[in-house]
This record gives sequence, structure tokens and C-alpha cells, in this order.
Amino acid sequence: MRKLKIGDLEKIREKVRRTANLRQGKARAKITVHMGTCGIAAGARDILSTLLKEIGKKKLKDIIVTTSGCAGLCSREPMATVEITGKPPVKYVDLTAEKIKKILNIHIIKGNIINDYVLAIGSERTH
Amino acid sequence: MRDLSLHVLDIVENSIAAGAKNIKIIINENIEKDVLTLTIQDNGKGIDKKTLDKVIDPFYSTKKIRRIGLGLSMLAQATKEADGSFNIESQKGKGTAITATFVYSHIDRKPIGDMAETLITLVATQGLNVDFIYEHHKNSHGFIFDTKSIKQELKDLPLNDPEVINHLRRNLNEELEKL
Ligand SMILES: Nc1ncnc2c1ncn2[C@@H]1O[C@H](COP(=O)(O)OP(=O)(O)OP(=O)(O)O)[C@@H](O)[C@H]1O
Ligand code: FES
Ligand SMILES: [Mg+2]
Repeated sequence: MRKLKIGDLEKIREKVRRTANLRQGKARAKITVHMGTCGIAAGARDILSTLLKEIGKKKLKDIIVTTSGCAGLCSREPMATVEITGKPPVKYVDLTAEKIKKILNIHIIKGNIINDYVLAIGSERTH
Repeated sequence: MRDLSLHVLDIVENSIAAGAKNIKIIINENIEKDVLTLTIQDNGKGIDKKTLDKVIDPFYSTKKIRRIGLGLSMLAQATKEADGSFNIESQKGKGTAITATFVYSHIDRKPIGDMAETLITLVATQGLNVDFIYEHHKNSHGFIFDTKSIKQELKDLPLNDPEVINHLRRNLNEELEKL
């Protein structure tokens, strides 16, 4: 059966070269989207896709997007935890695509926590 | 869950939680036989015989934070609703394989949904640590998406670079559309 090939590799390589490298540069921020069953049922994948697409559009290379399992708070899903290097983690709840875009622009890029969406600041880490 | 691609994401999260490094997802749309088969295999830590009977019970979970486990029971339920079957095989220390079948044309069979987005989510967040193979067959057509060979092709480019991810999303959508 046919295997999917990347093709166009030189074009991508060129694009990547023009911006800083994710692996070389230290990450400035980490966003963890909770992907337990409740999270997925409540729309966590859409939150993550929105994030990936925005990060792709804005060519942000120093942000790590990752996932974790159940956070034990079914009714407040989708949830995500934002950790900016050197700052306490911030847990956001009841997310939508619009909210995560705002969190990216206002918190992660500009550094201002959006208190209206916050459940807790500086609570235990999610792993 | 709205569709099967979300179930896949959820079931694969179990595999990742079980420490799997290789995860294979196969979707087979056999329209002639009117069967849709979904298989997910991993090389995670596996489940012992005694436990295996319990895992599709919604009140069984080894999660510490909240002792309910809905993922497997929800997929099992989805197969039932579409006159299909659910099977889980596992060997402690070796891995786990889950097979779900559905009557393809059944009115209550959930749609496949957005498999490209499920794969992109997995590759972008876990792709550096876990290798994924995705096979999609539809009648006599099909394709394979294999992160190991993609990584070889990419050489020094990281799989989770935003440009690579955008490109892979486009490629996957094209392949899926061709089916
Ligand atoms: N691939 C796997 N490898 C090893 N163990 C597994 C695997 N899949 C499921 N299990 C075991 O079966 C249990 C039940 O799984 P299930 O997906 O139904 O619930 P959960 O993952 O515990 O919780 P939830 O899916 O609701 O977040 C898990 O807690 C785990 O112990
Ligand atoms: S059981 Fe984990 S968030 Fe609901
Ligand atoms: Mg689960």
C-alpha cells in the first residue's frame, strides 16, 4: 500500500530555517491540554487544534503544546494549564476555541493572565 | 463522543498512559461486506488476565485521581449501538490490541469524523516520544501514515515544528479525500 510521503521537503526546510528552531531554543511556555475521556468528549481536541493552527499562523517556535490525562474535574472540561518559564502554572477551565485564542494572545504572548477563565494559579502540576 | 475519531484519540491516550512507544491504528471500511473495523494496537505495559474482564466496566479504572474509567466502555457501547462487536486482547508486558467493528450502513453507526485532526493532535504532542502508524483502507484503496519513516525523511527537522505539522495536516487531508 502507498505510504504517505512528506514531499516538498526543501520548501519546508527553508520555511523552518527562516525561524528559530524549536529544539535548539529553550521553550518559553508550555501549554498542557487535558485529554482524559471527559476532556475529549467536551471538545479538548478542538482546543488543541485551534492552538496548533494559531501557533502555526503566528510562527511561534518557543511554545510547547502537550497533553495530559484526566484532571478529575469532569464538569469544568475542556481545561488547559499554562506554564510560563519562571512563573507558577495557571489552570484554565470551561475552554472554547475563542477563549484559548485569547489565552494565547494575552497570556502566553503578552504575559497577562485572564482571570475570568482561571480556576487556580500555582496549584500542583498536572503530571 | 461525537464520532469515531474522538474515540480513537481517547483509546490512544490509554496506550500512551500505558507507556506505549509504538501505536498502530487501522481503519478498514469494507462497504461490500458492510463492516467498519477499527483496530488499535500498542506495545504498552499490557493488562493481566484477571483485570482484562473488568476494563470495560465503567467503574473500573487504575487512574488515581478519579476512579471511573469511561473510555473503553463508551467505545464498547458505540459498537453495540451499531450491531457490531468489541474485543480487547492484552498480554502483560507485551501490549494491548483493541478491535471494534460496526455495521457500516447502520443508522446508529457513528461517523468516522476527522481522523486527520486526531492524528495531528497525537503527532504534534507525542510524536517525538511515540511512533504512530495509521492505515486506512477503503475497499481496495488505502494509505499508510508512518511517523518513523516520516522522521527519516525529515532528518534534522523536528516532527513537531509548526511548519511540519501544517504540512502533515494538509497531506493527511488530501489522502483521506482521495479514498
Ligand atoms: N492500552 C492499554 N494498556 C494498558 N492498560 C489499559 C489500556 N487501555 C485501558 N487500560 C486499563 O483499563 C482501564 C480502563 O480504561 P478506560 O479507558 O475505560 O478508562 P480510564 O482511561 O481509566 O479513564 P477515562 O478513559 O475515563 O479517562 C485503565 O484505567 C487502564 O488500567
Ligand atoms: S473522569 Fe477524568 S475528568 Fe472526568
Ligand atoms: Mg481512557
